[in-house]
Amino acid sequence: MKQQTIAKLLAGLTGLGIALGVATAHATPEQDRQEFIKYYTAKYPNIKLDDYVYGALAFDADSKAQYDAIMEFPPYESQIEKGRKMWETPFKNGKTYADCLPNGGKQIAGNYPMFDEAKGKVVTLENAINDCRTANGEEAFKPGDKNTFGFLTAYMRTLSDGMLMNIKVEGPKAMAAYEDGKKTFFARKGQLNFACASCHVQNAGVRLRSELISPAVGHAVHWPVFRGGDNLVTLQNRYTGCFKQVRAVPPAVNSVTMNNLEYFHSSLSNGLPMKASVFRK
Amino acid sequence: MRKLHQVAAACAIGAAVLTTSALAQTPAPKKEETGKDIAFNRTKGNCLACHGMPTVPDAESTGLYGPPLIAMSARYPDKAKLRAQIWDATAFNPASSMIPFGKHGVLTEQEIDKVTDFVYGL
Ligand code: HEC
Ligand code: HEC
Repeated sequence: MKQQTIAKLLAGLTGLGIALGVATAHATPEQDRQEFIKYYTAKYPNIKLDDYVYGALAFDADSKAQYDAIMEFPPYESQIEKGRKMWETPFKNGKTYADCLPNGGKQIAGNYPMFDEAKGKVVTLENAINDCRTANGEEAFKPGDKNTFGFLTAYMRTLSDGMLMNIKVEGPKAMAAYEDGKKTFFARKGQLNFACASCHVQNAGVRLRSELISPAVGHAVHWPVFRGGDNLVTLQNRYTGCFKQVRAVPPAVNSVTMNNLEYFHSSLSNGLPMKASVFRK
Repeated sequence: MRKLHQVAAACAIGAAVLTTSALAQTPAPKKEETGKDIAFNRTKGNCLACHGMPTVPDAESTGLYGPPLIAMSARYPDKAKLRAQIWDATAFNPASSMIPFGKHGVLTEQEIDKVTDFVYGL
């Protein structure tokens, strides 16, 4: 038993650098991403990198089979349909979202969040949509709102299915935002004293009670998700849930802290294909 | 004050995975809670989220973050050391994902005493 404990501690130590975010300070985003991948693939050599987009499902064939069956006839089609109507309905001035977003809004979701030099801050896809609305004289949607942003992005992101995540971090200001997000990811918080990394790095693929924990690589490509089949959850609302789980006060959705976290967190999925609107337990 | 703080924290975790469905299973505290009650309760120790207890038949669907808790009195001849691990695991392993139950006031000192006695007997 003593033996086993020591082995366990040693196993913990190999991941210590990345688990604490120490070894990776001042690394480039690409180095960070590689280090995450190295950590997971060393621990789970049999799981293909491409399968990380399935999150915890990649670690459990039975749940993955159940997911595949549900995805044949998704129970959330009507919500995506609502989003399609919103997308296609012109603004009062006759313009549409497709008119004001880059590339008609197609194959762009993987570029967000992006750093906007002029604004000096991270811009999420929700922000870009709101900019489009206000530029056309429409009211901005409330960040993270299920009934507006939720439906709209559930449809709009499907226009980017298959695009490879492509988060760019260029220049010192962008780098600072990235570092800030990374700090949030690795900082312990809440009464229960967890960092995001405590679960999604150190314990990825491990059970917490009966819940298998997903790796952070592949986390950001498939939003929103429909939990239990029809409960729409956006990425930042999922962050909020994870903050609450450890009894921490979540930063507001669309706050600088959340947007920087999404920026860092999304870049970990660079090179993986987008697939919007999936089922999750 | 401590008490209020804990009640507030307990209320805040409604949405938590750590607690879902657990509340329904935990019998309403009739009399004084035992160490086992506290260890099993998802809003208190919730040790089973991370530890198996191979010698306890009703320790079900346990997680694997931490090692199984077994033969504890043999492995921790010094009970104070066992208590210290529960009070703040990060003191021994800074990278520990185990919750610092005493240091962060998740459990009261008295609750930690009871849990220690329970775990010592495993
Ligand atoms: C105490 C453990 C714990 C901590 C700490 C934690 N999470 Fe989670 N997280 C979970 C569990 C459990 C799930 C649901 C199972 C899964 O998909 O991993 C989850 C799911 C997620 C998902 C959804 C994955 C998917 O594909 O559906 C994302 C994204 C996520 N967490 C991000 C974060 C971020 C960012 C943080 C830090 C702010 C964080 N988590 C902190 C336990 C945790
Ligand atoms: C969120 C995860 C988590 C929870 C909850 C948790 N532990 Fe742990 N525990 C761990 C981990 C991980 C270790 C391995 C050593 C370390 O990292 O501290 C550990 C180690 C231990 C050890 C030392 C075991 C050994 O082999 O030396 C004891 C004793 C212990 N835990 C008791 C408890 C008790 C009692 C509770 C509930 C009151 C509890 N733990 C709740 C994660 C957890």
